[in-house]
Amino acid sequence: MHSFGYRANALLTFAVTILAFICAIASFSDNFSNQAPSAQIQILNINWFQKQPHGNDEVSLTMNITADLQSLFTWNTKQVFAFVAAEYETSKNTLNQVSLWDAIIPEKEEANFWIQISNKYRFIDQGHNLRGKDFNLTLHWHVMPKTGKMFADKIVMSGYRLPNAYR
Amino acid sequence: MDWQGQKLVEQVMQILLVISGVAAVAVSYATESFRTMMLIYAGGVVLATLITLPNWPFYNNHPLKWLDPSEAEKHPKPQVVAVGSKKKFSKK
Repeated sequence: MHSFGYRANALLTFAVTILAFICAIASFSDNFSNQAPSAQIQILNINWFQKQPHGNDEVSLTMNITADLQSLFTWNTKQVFAFVAAEYETSKNTLNQVSLWDAIIPEKEEANFWIQISNKYRFIDQGHNLRGKDFNLTLHWHVMPKTGKMFADKIVMSGYRLPNAYR
Repeated sequence: MDWQGQKLVEQVMQILLVISGVAAVAVSYATESFRTMMLIYAGGVVLATLITLPNWPFYNNHPLKWLDPSEAEKHPKPQVVAVGSKKKFSKK
C-alpha cells in the first residue's frame, strides 16, 4: 500500500471480486421466488394439411394462445423467452418437437397476454406420419436473468389431434 | 504513507467495499430494483476510492524515524573498488 498504483490495483481487484459476489447473491435470490404461471392453447383452425413434393407432411394451423407469465418475473429478470412446441411420437423418433411460435417478453406488464396467430414456424414432419396423429402443445419458457442462472420450465397441454386425411 | 497508515488504508478499503456490497444487496432486494444495487455499489466504490487512494495526512501520523545526517556520516557506505581480483571493504 506504499504507492498510489499499488492501492489502486488492490482497490480495483477487491471491488470487482465483491461485484461478482453480489451478482451471485442476486442470482441465488431467484430461487426463492414463487412461480405460478398458467397457459391455454386452443387450435382454432387447421388451415391446410398437405404432403410436400419431397414426401414430408406439413400442417398450417391457427392457434389462440393465452398465458399469464407475470409471476416468473423477479427483480433480476431481464426478459422471458417463451415458445410453443408441438410434441408427438412416430415410429422413427420417440420424441418429435417442432417449434411453432415464440416471443420475447421484456417486461412483466407484457407477460399476461393472448394472441391469435397462425404458426410462425412451419410444422413439417420427418416423413408422412401426421395423419390422425395425437400431439401435445407445450409452452416452454426461459427466464433470462440480468445476472446469473437462467431457469427454464414448461406446461404440457395434451389432447390435440390432426385430421385423418389431407386437406 | 507510513506503515501504520498502510495498514489503516487496507482495512478501511476492505471494510468500505464489503459494507457497500452488503448495503447494495439489502436495499435492492427490498425495493426489487436491480438498478439500485448497481448504483449503491458504484457509489460505494467511488467513496472508497476517494478515501483510500490519495495520500491523506492522517495516514502519516506515525512517520518513520530516519537517522540524523550527522550520525550517518560516522557510518559511511561501503566502497566497492573493482581493481584486479581484490575488493576492498571499509569497515562499518
